[in-house]
Amino acid sequence: MVNWPLEILKAVGLAAGIFTFLAVVAAMFGVLLERKIGGWIQSRLGPKHVGPQGLLQTLADTIKLLQKEHIAPRAADAAVFNTAPLVVAVAGLMSWIVIPFGTLGERVLVVRDLNIGVVFFAAMSSITVLGILAGGWASNNKYALLGGLRSASQMISYELPLAMALIAVALEAGTLSTVGIVKAQEGWFGSFAFRQFPAMVIFLVAATAEVNRVPFDLPEAESELVAGYFSEYTGMRFALFQLGEYAEMFAMAAMATTLFLGGWKGPVLPPLVWFLLKMYLIVFLFMWVRWTYPRYRLDQLLNLSWKVLLPAGLVWIMITGYRMAF
Amino acid sequence: MGELAAFIILSAITLVSAAVVVTSGNIVRSGLSLVPTLLGVAGLYVLLQAEFVAGIQVLIYVGAITVLILFVIMLTQGGTGVRVRQTTGQLPAGMLTSAVLAALLIAVFRGTVWPSLAGTLPQYTAGPIGATFLTSAILVFLVASFVLLVALMGAIIIARRER
Amino acid sequence: MLLVDWLYVGVFAVVGLIMAALPLALVWALAPRASLPQKQMTYESGVVPFGQAWAQFNVRYYLFGLVFVIFDVEVIYLYPWAIVFRTYGGWAFVVMLIFVGILLLGLAHAWRKGALEWT
Repeated sequence: MVNWPLEILKAVGLAAGIFTFLAVVAAMFGVLLERKIGGWIQSRLGPKHVGPQGLLQTLADTIKLLQKEHIAPRAADAAVFNTAPLVVAVAGLMSWIVIPFGTLGERVLVVRDLNIGVVFFAAMSSITVLGILAGGWASNNKYALLGGLRSASQMISYELPLAMALIAVALEAGTLSTVGIVKAQEGWFGSFAFRQFPAMVIFLVAATAEVNRVPFDLPEAESELVAGYFSEYTGMRFALFQLGEYAEMFAMAAMATTLFLGGWKGPVLPPLVWFLLKMYLIVFLFMWVRWTYPRYRLDQLLNLSWKVLLPAGLVWIMITGYRMAF
Repeated sequence: MGELAAFIILSAITLVSAAVVVTSGNIVRSGLSLVPTLLGVAGLYVLLQAEFVAGIQVLIYVGAITVLILFVIMLTQGGTGVRVRQTTGQLPAGMLTSAVLAALLIAVFRGTVWPSLAGTLPQYTAGPIGATFLTSAILVFLVASFVLLVALMGAIIIARRER
Repeated sequence: MLLVDWLYVGVFAVVGLIMAALPLALVWALAPRASLPQKQMTYESGVVPFGQAWAQFNVRYYLFGLVFVIFDVEVIYLYPWAIVFRTYGGWAFVVMLIFVGILLLGLAHAWRKGALEWT
């Protein structure tokens, strides 16, 4: 029999824990990491003054944001305007339910190993679209609405290649469960980074676009759209959008680790450390790309998804299928 | 007990947001209220142990169809930002009709003797669905791809005419 | 246990909402409130905004939305197929070759008709 109150208590604890982890490690530390890496790549220092080596910079920024006045434009749709950042933040958190962090003895450290793991992950990232579209529309600002629409069309376009990569991996592993996928990867050369290399490339490109990062950052292109869909957002609501975005980016990195890099597996070091190392490797890749490449144009971006990644994904699924069948 | 509580909560979410969909004066808000409605329905699927269907519900209805609906509303001249009345003078008649329909459905449901099947549900719902696609429902599966092809062609024709 | 799995999902949604709203409550307590009409104006690069942002938008977004819905539906057929693939081997491959082939045909058609162009 299931002890419901105990399970609810455990769930609440885990949810609070992971949310805090995301807020501190993904968002706060992630922003700092991004600025430090940006500084390093561009031969400058990055944040340096708050705390040792600027470590407390984002904490200071967060405290500052907490004291900022909440300004909503009079023309905005207040209810939708205030709800949209919450949706983005919560969807970012929910993606983490299916991510396996490591093992503890025989147990796998994962919130819940859902049977439909990767489908759930795709579903959560598709909810983010609605938060962004709603936020962009509710602002009643031309830049915001344009950013929201661009973002929505970009995210839906790249959801398909993302799903193709997920399916190719599910096909190879024979399961949709994330834990099952990690377990299907045996040894160094068994990791799907080799056998599913095209799927990995498709996944990483699509993931970059899904989280609206450079070179696919048109929705918030500051040189043309001010700040895109969150132009009108101030203070903590803006921070929630940021939190959602970073939570989603880290979730994508964690998912890439799970799907292609063998998740928590690795010699000598404890599994959790391996998982974090691999995840940060992918996060570093995202940031490296951000500080290296210029932005795509909207038509180039849509072409890349519909005319390159989508057919390539379909063909790769067929190739994988052929390999599995014969 | 837990299931009943979950059912009541999910139904409440579904019904309340569905009521917003049909009463809100702002069509974008109506469209956005579809999201909790459809998520609630996905939750009900989970209660029926159909978690794959629930996943699809979120992926397709919330992630794709609602976005499409919002696009359509935003494309329509004067579609957003205007207040529209969602009711006409036929409101009482409509309410009467739905009340009668509800009563009828409840009566039918109560009168039906539901067969209870023995056996256990499959633990893993996506697998049996896939197996059905490749065995007994193979024709349906392939016809579905034709339907999708025709839908795609239709979409292109509509879009070309609009341009 | 399936329902326990989804209990966690539900709890995550609720706790996530509460924890995301918590800083907003803090803002409400900490932040100053000094409302001015100018402050509540829509931002439009510093000039007084003209017209409404809620105007008619480009039809191209709709077209991509339509094509997306169709391919998204296709994708969900591939998930269950992928996990039972091993059991059926060559047969599953042939069936999916037909299924994906028809959709690649559709994609090619859309491509040729210019539905994938952002013009």
